[in-house]
Amino acid sequence: MAETMDTGFQPDSGRIAARFAKLKAEGRGGFSTFVSAGDPDYDTGLEILLGLPDAGVDMIELGMPFTDPMADGPAVEAAGLRALKAGQTMTKTLAMARAFRDVHPDTPLVLMGYYNPIYSYGVDRFLTDVKAAGVDGLIVVDLPPEEDKELCLPALRAGINFIRLATPTTDDHRLPTVLRNTSGFVYYISILGITGTKEIQADPVRGAITRLRRHTDLPIMVGFGIRTAEQVREITQVADAAVVGSAIVDRVRSNLDADGKPLPGCAKAVLDYVAELAAGARN
Amino acid sequence: MTQLNSYRTGPDEDGGFGIYGGRFVAETLMPLILEVQKAYEAAKDDPSYQADIDYYAQHYVGRPSPLYFAKRMTEELGGAKIYFKREELNHTGSHKINNVMGQILLARRMGKTRIIAETGAGQHGVATATACALFNMPCKVYMGAVDVARQAPNVFRMKLLGAEVQAVESGSKTLKDALNEAMRDWVANVEDTFYIIGTVAGPHPYPAMVRDFQCVIGNEAKQQMLEAEGRLPDTLVACVGGGSNAMGLFHPFLDDKGVNIVGVEAAGHGIETGEHAASLTGGRPGVLHGNRMYLLQDEDGQVVEPYSISAGLDYPGIGPEHSWLKDLGRAQYVPVTDKEAVDAFKFCSQMEGILPALECAHAIAYVRKLAPTLPKDHIICMNMSGRGDKDVNTIAEIMGVSL
Repeated sequence: MAETMDTGFQPDSGRIAARFAKLKAEGRGGFSTFVSAGDPDYDTGLEILLGLPDAGVDMIELGMPFTDPMADGPAVEAAGLRALKAGQTMTKTLAMARAFRDVHPDTPLVLMGYYNPIYSYGVDRFLTDVKAAGVDGLIVVDLPPEEDKELCLPALRAGINFIRLATPTTDDHRLPTVLRNTSGFVYYISILGITGTKEIQADPVRGAITRLRRHTDLPIMVGFGIRTAEQVREITQVADAAVVGSAIVDRVRSNLDADGKPLPGCAKAVLDYVAELAAGARN
Repeated sequence: MTQLNSYRTGPDEDGGFGIYGGRFVAETLMPLILEVQKAYEAAKDDPSYQADIDYYAQHYVGRPSPLYFAKRMTEELGGAKIYFKREELNHTGSHKINNVMGQILLARRMGKTRIIAETGAGQHGVATATACALFNMPCKVYMGAVDVARQAPNVFRMKLLGAEVQAVESGSKTLKDALNEAMRDWVANVEDTFYIIGTVAGPHPYPAMVRDFQCVIGNEAKQQMLEAEGRLPDTLVACVGGGSNAMGLFHPFLDDKGVNIVGVEAAGHGIETGEHAASLTGGRPGVLHGNRMYLLQDEDGQVVEPYSISAGLDYPGIGPEHSWLKDLGRAQYVPVTDKEAVDAFKFCSQMEGILPALECAHAIAYVRKLAPTLPKDHIICMNMSGRGDKDVNTIAEIMGVSL
């Protein structure tokens, strides 16, 4: 069996726990966004990233671009490829995270992506640099609990949250395995499929959240298939937070010229749109 | 070289061949992978499952495939005796059908009603479309748009067999991208769909399962060689893309210490040009498509687009067991360029009256270099894993002939 040892270590979920406590005090669910680091280029990507908290974003998933994002749909794949084409690297992504943390001391920042760029960078070096950059957690799509020894356990030992994905196929029998070494929050993938391809349905999500709550006290964030302020509103009423990704990176794409360069006001257009979505979590 | 008592015991229970293999997939797929593993383990212990496989192997695929002494080629090259294991004579024209029959029979046992597959050269796609027609199951084959263009005859064959062929436009538009799309389809259709992976890669249990189905090649070859020569071959040669035909030939011989084992990778325009698909020669360990393996990648861990004239070898990775055998030194892996493969294609066609697939033309090119350096009592067994009819358009284009 996979290594399922308990690390005996509870990472300090710090900013993540504080943010969920604040949301609870405000009596609302949180709004999170996914953006691909360096999309459409480093400077514009950084401008978007830095502007997200003021646009009403409660926590941020920053995508580490990868050539072969198997769990993502065309929108997120294209965003990552745009960033790579513009010269994004892991080193630059970590620099963006540091720059964000310098400006925004309280907003949780989670890195999301696939394992190979991390493995290539070196797990120990990665964890050291992630910690130094003020990153709060990791979501690595292709590392299920069966591969915990690769990164999850080293991350927990380094005091970095490892946020696990639960899906409609994660049944009651499997949930304890999935939840065992997870921390910070649980990311519930609301659809069977890849990002940005199906519309979320609130009712099945409500049932799934109830089921998850029987297994964990961690906050639950819901994503995949949320595209509108109305859906943000619906989901934040049943879950602790909702995350939007594909719809936002689509908005980046629609503010590029024919050569893929950002049009004037690209970052502002994206942030205005994010603010519209964020309102869904506040009404 | 590291000496083990046996090289045939892998993988471990987590799907590991040393550091290679594993189950690097999204959570949505994880319960399914475990289900496939459980079903496969149960099937292996069920004599009726093996009986089904044997029945179709004999009556539908046409097994056993011959072991053929390539007399003219042997005399022409003037050195080692050359035998071909004639997998190109199987129904559908390649070794791919061996694996497809095993997996589709498993899918039926599991109650799955829809089949998906990826394909590069189209041989695995054709084999899958064929088996789906046989068992009346809907079939969707993902194929890179570049491969759709260069393997037009196989695309048409799949359609004639009733399969839907989806051209994949993402990334390099070749085999790796077809695999990405097939995985995405599977994530979205987990309830009813079985994914028939065509090579010895992917998340556990696929690398071991596909190998098991392909081992019929090596098991037969061993028996046939004993009958023909009264002893085992000295050297095995097979081309490697993902590595399924090679693993099928190699695996039954891994513990026969006197047998040299050589896999031939696609060097494209040459390793030094960077335009190649030789992951063992030019790559380093990485994680893609559910497993750790040698992978062509840049310094930042981004997957590099491979290149080969042969669509079936145009893949940036290589099965985890090959990766492991390379590190142990039990098998050697050598590169062969496009040009050498095309020359070997013509050489084999005219010398033996066999049009080899461009994939196996790489193996022939290596045999052509190797055989003259060896004594006449040295025996080479090469896997002729597919026939070259599908490649005549590509060859004609290179020769400047319009068909």
